[in-house]
Amino acid sequence: MDIFLQGIIKAIELLITFDTEVLGITWLSLKISGTATFISLFIGVSIGTAVALNDFFGKRVVISIINTGMGLPPVVVGLFVTMMIWRSGPFGFLEILYTPYAMIIAQAIIATPIVMGISLAAIQNLPPNLRLQMLTLGASRLQMVWVLVKESRLPLLAAVMAGFGGVISEVGASIMVGGNIKGYSRVLTTATVMETGKGNFDIAIALSIILLLLAFIINFMLTQIQQRQRPQ
Amino acid sequence: MTNFPIIAVQSLIVKRGKVTVLDIDRLDIVPGRTLALIGPNGAGKSTLLLTLAGLLPATSGGLFFHAKPIGDRSSLDMLRRNVAVVFQEPLLINDTVYKNVALGLKFRHMDARQTAERVEEAMTNFGIAHLAKRSAKTLSGGEAKRVSLARAFAISPGVILLDESFNSLDPPTRETIIDDLQKTLQKTKVTAILAQHDREETLRLANDVAVMKEGRIVQAGTAAEVFNQPADEFVAGFVGADTILEGLVMKSIAGLMEIGVNGHIIEASGNYPQGTKVHCCLRPEHITVTRAVTGKTSARNIFDARVEKIVRQAYFYKLILDCGFRIGAYITLPSFEEMDIREGSLLKASFKATAVHVIKSGA
Repeated sequence: MDIFLQGIIKAIELLITFDTEVLGITWLSLKISGTATFISLFIGVSIGTAVALNDFFGKRVVISIINTGMGLPPVVVGLFVTMMIWRSGPFGFLEILYTPYAMIIAQAIIATPIVMGISLAAIQNLPPNLRLQMLTLGASRLQMVWVLVKESRLPLLAAVMAGFGGVISEVGASIMVGGNIKGYSRVLTTATVMETGKGNFDIAIALSIILLLLAFIINFMLTQIQQRQRPQ
Repeated sequence: MTNFPIIAVQSLIVKRGKVTVLDIDRLDIVPGRTLALIGPNGAGKSTLLLTLAGLLPATSGGLFFHAKPIGDRSSLDMLRRNVAVVFQEPLLINDTVYKNVALGLKFRHMDARQTAERVEEAMTNFGIAHLAKRSAKTLSGGEAKRVSLARAFAISPGVILLDESFNSLDPPTRETIIDDLQKTLQKTKVTAILAQHDREETLRLANDVAVMKEGRIVQAGTAAEVFNQPADEFVAGFVGADTILEGLVMKSIAGLMEIGVNGHIIEASGNYPQGTKVHCCLRPEHITVTRAVTGKTSARNIFDARVEKIVRQAYFYKLILDCGFRIGAYITLPSFEEMDIREGSLLKASFKATAVHVIKSGA
């Protein structure tokens, strides 16, 4: 039990002393995962809504692909992104391998299908006539879509939570495309993996607690918004 | 005001897959009047409403708004901006009552002052001004329905379409909402088209009636015409002439016919020649039931009747009587108790010759 106790004491110590390295790692984790979630929100909601509102040949296949994407293994994404931005890869000229940009791209690819799948289901779950009702009230197509997205804001917040939760806690893709470079691309999950490998369980536990706290705080804030929005 | 149709439909066909769901030869919507589309489930009432609102494309034929053909994007937008639809479910957004009523005006980018005026007037017409700040999701079914009606009227539409709007409401709520709708229609003079099931509501709200069956209009006319002179057996059954008897004209002199029905003679107004096979339609409210016929009566048809079945309804009883042929009749609760009617009771059933609507068989 000592090992856990030591870890918790170390975590508290790191937190109350505002350890600059830990703060830096935490801030970078937030920046990378926050940006990736934001990008996934933009792409996921747009495509999810478009798929939900339009009938086209092969729609069910597309929905199945999106739903499969919701469980995309981060290491597969990591491998794919690494190959794409490898020096000799199609986007090698960008020279972003082992940078936070590569991590943002990988995390956005992981989060986008999650956000897309939830938005698609949310829009499809609205009353079918709501869309027609908006059109008969004189809404343009853009106004109609905006109302429908606003009406789905509760499940969309769930999508944000799921997307953010998915990327802040993933390690496979981040380590593969980010390289875990100290002070540059080291985030909470990659640092935890490294410290565990070195046998520094106290620091690894401390980092894990911070990661859990961070995920809790973000989700707590979003839940507060979600519950306030809920019809009484 | 001109009687030039605000909406006109010509040879309109709507197909779903290979199935024709709507086949309307001609329908003119007269401005300022209320038309009720009635018919059984699947008759095409809602499909016709959606087509008139420009929400369902026609496979062929013409739809005209103020004589302008509707087809391309701009004409569709113009139609949609002039037509309001109230669906069966209220379809309110998760916001306050005020913002819901103002929604159509917001889509039109109307300024705040004008919006406030319109919204307040619409809310007052439907008795929901006191709910303005309430969240729409906390409303009762009746209140939500009032909000959806106020929202439709707030945009001052040229035509308002109501799709079986009162189905899910309890009778007292329904009653008061229909009352408010009736007053608002009279006040605003908005042209209205209602898809309806209920006969009584149709009679209260509609000037004109179109009876639909399998995607077609089988009879259209004023409410009085359709209800009192149904064109065929189907319409007769649907508009509530629930006694429909097969008969043969035995004699026809000077607008009065004697019709043989199951060995009995019914006198009816009309001019069909002797030997014509006909259907005699009788509405239950046109039949008088007594213990015995005393004094003078203007009814030309008086029959001995045995009570076969008693059905309790909201404000009266419905009696199924065997007069040698079966007829249905209404009786008020006090009369029912006073006459001590039971199943098997022997009564007199009488009705005037003018109460019998005669349709030529196969018409």
